[in-house]
Amino acid sequence: MKRHVLGQDLRFWLLAIVVMLVAQGIFFLGDRDIPIFNLVGGPFAKRVIISACTISIVSLGLNLIYGFNGQFSLGQWGFYALGAYAAADVTYRWNIGDASGLVFVVLVVALLAVTYGLIGRLIRRSFGFMDEMSKFTLYLIGTAMAVVVSLILTRLLHGVVGAIFGILPATLSMQLVFLIATLAAAGLAAVFSYLFGQPVLKLGGDYFGIASWGLTMVMFVLANNADRVFPEMKGSRGMIGIPVVTDWPWAYLFLVLVALTMRNLLDSSHGRAVISIREDETAAKAMGIDTTQYKTLAFVIGSFFAGLAGSLYAHQEGFLHPSTFNFIKSFDPLIIIVFGGLGSITGTIVASFGWAMVLFYILPSILPAGGEGWRFVVYPLALLLIMLLRQQGLLGGTEWGFLKPTRWSLAKKLQSQTKATEKAADAQAGAGVLPPEVAR
Amino acid sequence: MTMVLRMASLNKYFGGLRACCDFDLTLEEGELQGLIGPNGAGKTTVFNMVTGLYAVSSGSIEYYGRNIVGVPPHEITQMGIARTFQNIRLFPNLSVLDNVRIAYHFHAGYGVSDSIWRSGHFSDKERELTERTQEFLAVFNLHTRQDEIARNLPYGEQRRLEIARALAAEPKLLLLDEPAAGMNPAEVGSLMELIHFIRDRFKLTILLIEHQMRLVMSICERITVMDFGEVIARGTPNEIQNHPKVIEAYLGRTAALRGAPLAG
Repeated sequence: MKRHVLGQDLRFWLLAIVVMLVAQGIFFLGDRDIPIFNLVGGPFAKRVIISACTISIVSLGLNLIYGFNGQFSLGQWGFYALGAYAAADVTYRWNIGDASGLVFVVLVVALLAVTYGLIGRLIRRSFGFMDEMSKFTLYLIGTAMAVVVSLILTRLLHGVVGAIFGILPATLSMQLVFLIATLAAAGLAAVFSYLFGQPVLKLGGDYFGIASWGLTMVMFVLANNADRVFPEMKGSRGMIGIPVVTDWPWAYLFLVLVALTMRNLLDSSHGRAVISIREDETAAKAMGIDTTQYKTLAFVIGSFFAGLAGSLYAHQEGFLHPSTFNFIKSFDPLIIIVFGGLGSITGTIVASFGWAMVLFYILPSILPAGGEGWRFVVYPLALLLIMLLRQQGLLGGTEWGFLKPTRWSLAKKLQSQTKATEKAADAQAGAGVLPPEVAR
Repeated sequence: MTMVLRMASLNKYFGGLRACCDFDLTLEEGELQGLIGPNGAGKTTVFNMVTGLYAVSSGSIEYYGRNIVGVPPHEITQMGIARTFQNIRLFPNLSVLDNVRIAYHFHAGYGVSDSIWRSGHFSDKERELTERTQEFLAVFNLHTRQDEIARNLPYGEQRRLEIARALAAEPKLLLLDEPAAGMNPAEVGSLMELIHFIRDRFKLTILLIEHQMRLVMSICERITVMDFGEVIARGTPNEIQNHPKVIEAYLGRTAALRGAPLAG
């Protein structure tokens, strides 16, 4: 039996590495202003492509929640904001010689994950059934305790951790801190979405959409007033001085990993459980699927991706402004997944790159200067057209290449049997209504 | 005889409406019992309470001696009660194979991380699961259509697939909710054979809701008749056909007075 590690096989990884190196080469030449290359690989083009990767990751997360699981979430932009600010704060503090952000975020994510696991087990073992708000209260108490413990531990540990990382060369330690901060920010979005999902995921359809939209609004307000607690975030003035670390290899690596994680998850029994909830929740329950568990799973993983993309975004520009996280922009991922096709990983990635091209190249060239606001007229029009002409989106539910689910051929035992039945069926046409063992 | 299911003084209220009133029913192992009644009598409500989709207002449901009131639906299915739905509820955009593989989910035997990392354990289990599903589909002559999207199947095959999917959950008790709805006489005939066949092959106890009298009267051993949420009669098909209360419920009081038997 072939063993797969995070993917289909060796060919895929070779292809992925080749694509990365070729693109890196083009960017390298583009940076040096060599003709042709500076058009397709100049700093601006690179920025567009990294933005496309970032928005792909959020949109893939949303597609997992909405396109595959059928839960209409408008909260992903809130988790994106959470990830962006959390990761930016970690690297900002690191840059001025303070490891406390790093230690705190990592600790709080780890402790919360453990606490939630323990509380979940406690509820299952001791109470059996418990209503959502009581569960939520327990989880809130657990959260408060974990945060306090993390704060105390951070006080004790940050000096030591700072010293350990200080041994490494500055550039290497920056990249390492960025990686940890990105994963921790994604984890923070994930644990927070778990907490948020406890009472809210019970609501179906539109109600869940509205509740999660509320989360995006709250995050926007929090970002606007963040300077009350974290002066370095500077609230509505915009956070500056975030180290610019996100480069093409990082954005690409994370996009590949996210797309593969999603494909591998969805092409498994757990993925089919997630999809069955979109298809028919009642039937899924009747087939023994724990719908609450799988809705939570999809929501948490989707939010993890949103947090990850937030961190990539923050470190691409080196600047964060709350207006990026307002609710109008929160529709971008939604537009992308509807355009690319609900329930299609390939479609989401293609549509994200298309979105970036339109946003950075096409719109500026067709709209008059100062008319950027008109994109909110162009998007809805595009959405209207796609709804009228092709409701399933660009790619519908189909996948390309390595993202396709595994196709299983008939078991060997059955293949010969099938041939025999086909011959028999030819002999007496129309007798195929009954199972072979009944039709005697 | 072991008692598979025992419902006692079961009540269900929707606000002021009493959909099910002091309902009781027992099912013995290996039995094929029919549950009939006019539209709106509360038959499907009983099914929904047994499978945990509706909360029970009062009363008890015992499955092999264990009270299952308040147990969540997925756990009830895992304990061995599977059902089909009155209006077919397949997973419409998924393939025939996936429809059945979902029912096998709790036998999958690998975790979420296994599937993300694609461990060897995952590949083995997934192959095993798929082959088992294919062999299972072959029993129902559906294996050649494994890649077809469920909603594209003809109606009779959708019914068959729904029954197959319910059986894939490896139930001991199968609840069939109007399996013959919308079928022509020839299809009803093959459905009857299918029900006999699965009952013998999978050693099932079956509770059947049906409107087609021909089907109910010819395959059920015992019949319970409901009207307005109450049990009005129970007995063998013969007893039910001539029961005055049943005739009254179906055909009206005057018919009952004239002593018209319920058509077989």
